[in-house]
Amino acid sequence: MIGLSHMLIISTALFFIGVYGFLTRRNMITMLMAVELILNSVNINFIAFNKYLYPGKLEGVFFTVFIITIAAAEAAVAIAIIINLYRHYKSIDSEDADTMKF
Amino acid sequence: MGVSELIFYILAATIIGNAVLAVTSRKIFRSAIYLLFSLIGIAGLYFYMNYEFIAAVQVVVYVGGIVVLIIFSIFLTHEAGNDMKKPSLLRAILAGLASLGAMALVLWTLQMECFMPSDAAAVEPSVNNIGRQMLSTTEHGYLLPFEVVSILLLAAMIGCIVIAIKTRQKA
Repeated sequence: MIGLSHMLIISTALFFIGVYGFLTRRNMITMLMAVELILNSVNINFIAFNKYLYPGKLEGVFFTVFIITIAAAEAAVAIAIIINLYRHYKSIDSEDADTMKF
Repeated sequence: MGVSELIFYILAATIIGNAVLAVTSRKIFRSAIYLLFSLIGIAGLYFYMNYEFIAAVQVVVYVGGIVVLIIFSIFLTHEAGNDMKKPSLLRAILAGLASLGAMALVLWTLQMECFMPSDAAAVEPSVNNIGRQMLSTTEHGYLLPFEVVSILLLAAMIGCIVIAIKTRQKA
C-alpha cells in the first residue's frame, strides 16, 4: 500500500538532488534547473499532506498553485537577468560575474 | 505487488533517475531534457494521487512554459554542443557529503514520525471546488492572494522586459 511516507521519501530525495546540483554547478542556467527541482519537491509534499492527512481541505492545492505561479515568474526574471549578464560578460558562469564580490 | 504499486515505483524511478541525470550531465541541453522528463514524472505522480487539476497545471506551466524558456535561453547564451566544465573534485565530494548527510537526517526523522491519517470526509479536488474556494471572499477564500499573485505576474513581466531589453549604445 502506497502511503504518505513513500511520497515524502521521493520528495526528500528530489530536494537533496536539487541541493547537490545547486552546490556543484557553476553554470547559472543549470543552477536555475536545480532550484526548479527543489520547488517541485516542495509541491509534492504539499499535495501528499493534503491528500493523506487533510483530505477535507484544499489548502495544499492552493499553496501548490501559488508556488507554481511564483516559480514561473521567478524563472522568467532569472532568465532575463542571465541574458543581460551574458551581454556584459560573454559568459554565464557564476565565477565570471564577480564585479560586486568583496 | 499490485499494479498500483508498480505504477508508483515506475514513476518514482522516472523522477529520481532523470533528476540525478539532470544535475550531473555535462551537456547542458541534455540536462534540460532530463529535467523535462523528471517534471513529466512529477505530473504523473499528481495524476496518481488523483489531483488532475494540479497535474494539468504542472504540465502546462513547467513542461510547456519553464522548460521551453530554459531551452530558449540555452540557445541564446551557449554554444549548445560544448561540454560544461567538470566541477572540482573537492567541491563535488563536499556537496555530495552534505546532501547525503542531510538526506539521511531527514529520512531518519521521517521514519521516527508517526503520521495519523485523517478520516474526515474527503473534498473532491475538482476544478469546480478549487475555483469556488479560490475566488470566495469568506473566511477560507483565497481571493486576496489570487489578486496579489496577478499583480506579481504583471510586475515580473514588466521587469523581464526592462531587464532584458537592449539599450541603445550611445555614440
